[in-house]
Amino acid sequence: MDQMKNTVGKARAAFNSRKACSLEFRKQQLQALRRLLTENEDRIADALHKDLNKNKLDTQVFEIMGLEGEIALLLEKLTEWAAPRPVERNLLTLMDEVYIQPEPLGVVLIIGAWNYPFLISLQPLLGAIAAGNAVVLKPSEVSENSAALIKELIPKYLDKDLYQVVCGGVAETTELLKEKFDHIMYTGNSTVGKIVMEAAAKHLTPVTLELGGKSPCYIDKNVDIDTVCRRIAWGKFTNCGQTCIAPDYILCDKSIHEKVIERLKETIKEFYGEDPKKSPDYCRIISTHHFKRILSLLEGSKVAYGGQYDEASCYIAPTILTDVSPTSKVMKEEIFGPLLPILTVNNVDEAIQFINQRDKPLALYAFCHDKKVLKKIVAETSSGGVTANDTMIHFTISTLPFGGVGNSGMGAYHGKFSFDTFSHHRACLIKSLKMETVNKVRYPPGSPEKVKWIKRLITKQVNFGKLGLVFIGLLGALLAVLMKVLLLH
Amino acid sequence: MSSTKEVAARLREAFNSGKTRTAEFRLKQLKAMLNLMKENEGALLEALKKDLRKPNFESIISEVLFTKNEIVCAINNLTEWMKPEYVEKTLVTKLDTCFIKKEPFGVALIIGPWNYPIQLVLTPFIGAVAAGNCAILKPSEVSPNSSQLLSELLPKYLDKDCFAVVCGGVKETTELLEEKFDYIFFTGGTHVGKIIMTAAAKHLTPVSLELGGKNPCYVDKSCDINNTAHRIAWARFLNMGQTCIAPDYVLCTKAVREELVPALINCLEEFYGKNPQESEDLGRIINEKHFNRLKALLSSGKVAVGGQTDEKDKYIAPTVLVDVKETDPVMQEEIFGPILPIVDVENIDEAIAFMNRHEKPLALYVYSADNKVVKDVLERTSSGGFCSNDCIMQMTLFFLAFWRSWR
Repeated sequence: MDQMKNTVGKARAAFNSRKACSLEFRKQQLQALRRLLTENEDRIADALHKDLNKNKLDTQVFEIMGLEGEIALLLEKLTEWAAPRPVERNLLTLMDEVYIQPEPLGVVLIIGAWNYPFLISLQPLLGAIAAGNAVVLKPSEVSENSAALIKELIPKYLDKDLYQVVCGGVAETTELLKEKFDHIMYTGNSTVGKIVMEAAAKHLTPVTLELGGKSPCYIDKNVDIDTVCRRIAWGKFTNCGQTCIAPDYILCDKSIHEKVIERLKETIKEFYGEDPKKSPDYCRIISTHHFKRILSLLEGSKVAYGGQYDEASCYIAPTILTDVSPTSKVMKEEIFGPLLPILTVNNVDEAIQFINQRDKPLALYAFCHDKKVLKKIVAETSSGGVTANDTMIHFTISTLPFGGVGNSGMGAYHGKFSFDTFSHHRACLIKSLKMETVNKVRYPPGSPEKVKWIKRLITKQVNFGKLGLVFIGLLGALLAVLMKVLLLH
Repeated sequence: MSSTKEVAARLREAFNSGKTRTAEFRLKQLKAMLNLMKENEGALLEALKKDLRKPNFESIISEVLFTKNEIVCAINNLTEWMKPEYVEKTLVTKLDTCFIKKEPFGVALIIGPWNYPIQLVLTPFIGAVAAGNCAILKPSEVSPNSSQLLSELLPKYLDKDCFAVVCGGVKETTELLEEKFDYIFFTGGTHVGKIIMTAAAKHLTPVSLELGGKNPCYVDKSCDINNTAHRIAWARFLNMGQTCIAPDYVLCTKAVREELVPALINCLEEFYGKNPQESEDLGRIINEKHFNRLKALLSSGKVAVGGQTDEKDKYIAPTVLVDVKETDPVMQEEIFGPILPIVDVENIDEAIAFMNRHEKPLALYVYSADNKVVKDVLERTSSGGFCSNDCIMQMTLFFLAFWRSWR
C-alpha cells in the first residue's frame, strides 16, 4: 500500500531534517505527551473501560502513572544520557579524546499490544522520542477504542511529521513491515515475534521483542501463606490475568498445598467478593477468541475454585486449578487469563528442574524466607526478570532492564534502557595529527625492532592492578620520548 | 547432518550441566586460550601466510597480539564483569535488593570471516567464553589453513564438551543454522548477514552482525598532508585492503587532492619500495574470485599510482584512483582491496551530503586540524565508529564498544 510508504517516507524526511536532534525539541515533545495524558485522563479511562472493563483506578495505577513517571525521569536525565560517554584509553591513545556518543537510529516502528494498550504503546514511544528518533506507532487493533483514541490524540500534541500513528490489523502490519526501519520494537507473542524478526532481517533492522511465556511461581514451605497468596492473587488476577508478567502457574511445596488453595480462595473473595462478575475491580477478557481459548485450557484439570463464565460479557471468574498434569493443555501455552494452576513439588530442586525443562520465561517468582534458597533459584534458572517474595514489582523499577530472554524475547527497555535501546552507540576516537613518531612503528617496512616496540607499547599483562596501570602510563610517555630520540637516528 | 546435530546437542548438555557458570572454569578456559596463542605463534603465522600471504609483521600485531590482549583483558576483568550490578531503588523498594545479574545465554554460534581469520573469530569467542556460554566456532572456509589449524588446536586446549569447531562452507553453515542457538555472532558481508538473521528469527535467537560498508574518509585543507597520507595509506593497504574498517574512499577538494596524491605516492614507496610486488610487507588477495572482482574496479576513473595486477600471484598493486565519479563501479560496492578512489568535492557540505546519500558505514574518518570541522562531520553523519586524524585505531580500544553498523 502506498499509504504506508508515504507515512514512513514522511517520518524519514522529518528525521533527515534534523529537527529532532535538539534536546530542547525532544523535551518539548515529552512535555506535550505529559499534557496529552493529564488532559485526557477521562477519555483514556473510558477507552480502557470499553476495551477491557478496566476501572478508573486501575487505569491510573497501571497505565498512566507509569508513563508520567517515565516522562519525569527522561526530562530529568536526558541531557546526561545524550552526552558523550568517555571511556578508558590505552597507551596509544592517552592524549586523545575517546568516548561513546549516543545517536538517534532514525525511524523506529513500535508495535503495541492490547493488554495495556496505552502503557505498552506509549512507554517505548517515550524512549524513542528521547533518543531523537522519528516514530511510526502501530497500536493493537484488538483494543480498538484505545487504538482510535491514540490515533486521534498523538497528532494533536506531538509533531505531526516525526510521529505518525498507523491503525490496522494483520494486513496493515504486514505492509508496514515491508518498509525499512532503523529499529523495530514489538510487544506480543512469540509466533508474531518470529514474523517481525524475519521481516526485519530483510533490511538488517535491529529488533526488540517483548514476548511472553509461562512465568513460574514457586512457593517454599515456611512462608507466611496469607501474604504470599495475596501477592500472587494480585499479580495473577489484575487485568483478568492478561499481563505478560503475571504468575502463570504455581509450584508449591506439597506440605502447604491445601493451605495455599484455601488462602487463595479467601483472597479472591476479599478482592472481588462472592461474585467477581459484579465487582467493579474485575476486568473482562479482551475478545471472544481469547475467551474461548482460555476456556479450552480447563480441560483435564480440576476446578478447585471459580470456573464460572459468561460469553456475552467475556467474563471468566478467577479460577484455581488443581490435579494439573505437566502435559495438560493449560501447561503447554501461556495462559494470559484468570486460570491459576497449582502443581506440587517435593523440594526446590524439583521446582528448578521443572522450570528448566521449559522455555525461559519473561518473569520468575519465588516465595521463600531463606536467602540461600532464593540465591540458588536465581543461580540455577534463567528468565527475563525475577521478583522474589512478590509479583510483578521488578517491572516498576526503571533502573532495571525490562525484557525477555530466549523465547520470552530479546532486548530490554524502561528508563535509561529505553534511551539506549533506541540509540546507536557510536565509538569515537578524536586524535590529532601530531605524535607521528609513535605511529611510525606500525608502518611498513616491518622489522623485528618495530615488533619489539609495539609489543612493549600495547601488550597487556595478566593481573596488573590499577597502580600498575598508572606506572605503565608514565612508562609509555617515557617510551614515546625515547623512541623519538632513537628513531630519528 | 547428524554430526552437526550431535555437536550442538553435546554442547547444550554441557551447558545445562552448569559447568560453565563458575569463574574458575571460565578463567581456566581463558588461560588455556592464552597458552594456545603463545605456544602456537609460529603455526598461526604460517597458516596466515598460506591463506593471505600475510606478512609476519602484520600477523603479529593485528592477529596474534590483538587476540592475546583481548584474552588478558577478559582474564583481568572477569570477576568484575561477573558481579551483579546494584541499581538505584524506588521508594517502595528501599528495603529490598535490586540488581542486574549477568547470565550466559546458553550455546552460542560464532561464524568468522576470512580476512582476519584468527582474530575476528577468536575475539567474539573469548567474549562468549568469559560470559559463561558454550560455543561452536565456524571459521571461514575461504581461509582454509587458518580454519584447519583452529580446528586442530582448540580441542587440545579447551573443554571438548563445551567448545567445538565446525569447519565447512555454505552447506555446513546452513545445517548449523537449522539448529537452535541462544546467540549467533556473525562477521562478514551484508548479504549473508540477512540470511543469518532470517534463520535466527525462526528460533528467536538474538544476533550480532559485524558487517561492512564503504567507509568514507574526508580530508580537509587544514591537515598535515604528510602525516595524513601515511595514516591513510597504512590503513588502506594493510592486509591488502581486506579490512572491514579500512578507509574505502577519500573525499577532498581538488586543491587537497593535488597535494595528497604525491604524498600518497611517496608513502607507498616508503612502505613497499619501488616494486611493491617484491615487498615482504604486502599481503595478497584471498582468492581468484575477489582478484577478478577487484581487477574490474580498476577501470573507474584514472590510475594515479599502481594499477598493475598479476593473476597467478593474486597480486594487485596498491592503487590510487582519481577523477572518480559517484556512479563509477568502484563506488557501488565495498572495495575490500588495495584500491583507494579519490572523489572531488567542492567543500565540506558536499562531502557530508555525499556520505549521507549512502548507507551508514562501519567507520567514518576525518582528517583536519580544525576541531570545528571534525565535530561538524561527526554531528551531521552516522557510522558504526568514528576516528579523526587516523584510521582503524578506534578498534584498538577494548573499552570502546565496537558497535556494529547494521548496513
